[in-house]
Amino acid sequence: MTIHLEKKIERKKRRSEQFAFGLFRALSLFVVGILFVILGFIVMKGFSSLSWGFITQWPSDNMTKGGIFPAILGTCYLIIGSVIFSFPIGVFAAIYMNEYAKKGPLVRFIRMMTNNLAGIPSIVFGLFGISLFVNTLKFGDSLLAGSLTLGLLTLPVIIRTTEEALKAVDNSFRHGSYALGATKLQTIRRVVLPISYPNIITGLILSIGRVSGETAPILFIVAYFTTKLPTSIYDQVMALPYHLYVLATSGTDIEKQRPIAYGTALVLIMMVLIINLSANALRRYFSNKVKMN
Amino acid sequence: MNKKFFKKLFEKLIEGVLTLSGGITSLAVILIVVFLFKEGFGLFSRSTLQDDMVLAVNKSNPLSKIKAANVMGIFDQNITNWKQIGGKKDSIIIVRLEDLPTYFTEAQLGKNFENINPCISRLTDSLSGVILFVPKKYVTKGFNGKILPEENISFVEFFMGKKWFPTAVPNSQFGILPLILGTLWVSFGAILIALPLGLAVAIYLAEIADSRVRRALKPLIELLSGIPSVIYGFFGLVVLVPLIQSVFKLPVGETALAGSIILGIMALPTIITIAEDAMRTTPRAMKEASLALGATRWQTIYRIVIPYSISGITAAAILGIGRAIGETMAVLMVTGNAGVMPHTFLQPVRTIPATIAAELGESPQGGIHYQALFVLGCVLFVMTLLINLGVEYVSSKRKN
Repeated sequence: MTIHLEKKIERKKRRSEQFAFGLFRALSLFVVGILFVILGFIVMKGFSSLSWGFITQWPSDNMTKGGIFPAILGTCYLIIGSVIFSFPIGVFAAIYMNEYAKKGPLVRFIRMMTNNLAGIPSIVFGLFGISLFVNTLKFGDSLLAGSLTLGLLTLPVIIRTTEEALKAVDNSFRHGSYALGATKLQTIRRVVLPISYPNIITGLILSIGRVSGETAPILFIVAYFTTKLPTSIYDQVMALPYHLYVLATSGTDIEKQRPIAYGTALVLIMMVLIINLSANALRRYFSNKVKMN
Repeated sequence: MNKKFFKKLFEKLIEGVLTLSGGITSLAVILIVVFLFKEGFGLFSRSTLQDDMVLAVNKSNPLSKIKAANVMGIFDQNITNWKQIGGKKDSIIIVRLEDLPTYFTEAQLGKNFENINPCISRLTDSLSGVILFVPKKYVTKGFNGKILPEENISFVEFFMGKKWFPTAVPNSQFGILPLILGTLWVSFGAILIALPLGLAVAIYLAEIADSRVRRALKPLIELLSGIPSVIYGFFGLVVLVPLIQSVFKLPVGETALAGSIILGIMALPTIITIAEDAMRTTPRAMKEASLALGATRWQTIYRIVIPYSISGITAAAILGIGRAIGETMAVLMVTGNAGVMPHTFLQPVRTIPATIAAELGESPQGGIHYQALFVLGCVLFVMTLLINLGVEYVSSKRKN
């Protein structure tokens, strides 16, 4: 009788486990399914608009025809501009925090501030960019102001990934270098950075992925439409994500703009995915290489 | 000797540069606070009346100041008697500039309105219940009435006001309560969707899936977080919004629900990654002890793993809310942006970030609307700061 009861309980336990596990598996598939639905939808709808002309021509007929060339170019400029600003400073900050600063309240404070900066909503960066770069420093609605705003946004990403990369370098490397008479700076330049640079580059690529998709911070800085390519850093540029927003929500003829909007979405998503996938591939490639050594 | 000196100097110099860079994020946060408050601060020391316009009443009117909300009430004709707002009993007569021809003939006003000043003065004197809304330049010298200044915007009005009409006539209404509530509604809706789903996936990845499946799924979920928010917004606009409209038979599909669903999807990767990391820190010995006592894997998960990692799961939930509160583009595109108090998930709402994004481009720099948007930015900043500190607190507790 007791054996029978035990068996019954056992079976009940098994059944609830099977149910729970089955549910979790299904939900996980569902989440991945969402990704594929979004990607699949954009690819299917956008594919027909894609052509060589689409990425090399200017918008025409009130954005109902033509391509998106200036927006792609503008986004590339913004990426370069923001990276020039944030990459060196971010790497320097990480080197300071990991190699120079004494562990204590100061480093904890800096780390907390970095986390806070990372948590600030992107639209607040937009307000700040307008206030400091556009109005106070009089850069105007320019490539420079947009790059600086976006650079600030990506600083925490670069600092964090660089710090992780530096932390991963075993202390025995540093000690070995000191033992050979090298100074701290020499050790960092010749030993620590060469070992950690693949991971630092991965962080850089991830931050580029972030910059290329951000819209809110540069909403008030980038152009709705420009008639010529930027010739200096004080010129206004178009940006791909903002262009998609404009095509999707405003303009003279939204229905006629739809195919171009789908195409723009596809180009943007391809750009971001290629950037992120290459960061992943790089990380995997180098971690395999380290294992082999 | 000299070479060594320069080398040392160089090292010190580099160290200085690195130290300065170390402070950059702290500096950035401080600058953001300073500039947001600098731009927004003036809001509370001015009135919402349109620039260059003035309100005037009869000399016998006992009121010396008037609240912004009451001005709106009078001109919307919800307030029709001075008694309702603390004056004496007298019905209110509204006179705008365009109403003047009903009181005066063209000849009296003059061909080019050159006699408008005395006319206005006479009218104000003759009607005891009058409230006049005219340009400042018409009430200069010899005006036989009383200019009624509007009270400055107060904190209470700003945070508790239920009306957000930044460009209304005669005065703007800056009540941000509907915006705050809209933001919270959409964010909590998002977390209601994302938390159960995210936890299920985190449990599956951390405890159930074998390593091959896990290695395949994790990068895919990371990709989900890499998709730009404007793409989510676009997808929501062309797929989700029409779907909601037809399923619930609504006049418009741009609703809080659409915002919550899109934000929920966007918060998923954050929640999954953090919750999974927390679950994976459960000591193997604890899990094995549970299994050795005869518990099934499922029992081990909900009796051991989840209680052990609860602070990490909490941190994941809070961070997810933080992401949702600050998200701009996707929400701007799918929630319909109606600045009214939210009552159901099936009506359009307006969030703080979407308000800033939609209106900053149209508001002249330094104007009252512009300042109000910067104060909204401050509010948003403080909200997310509190959330970040909350996460920090929860995860510092975990370490102890």
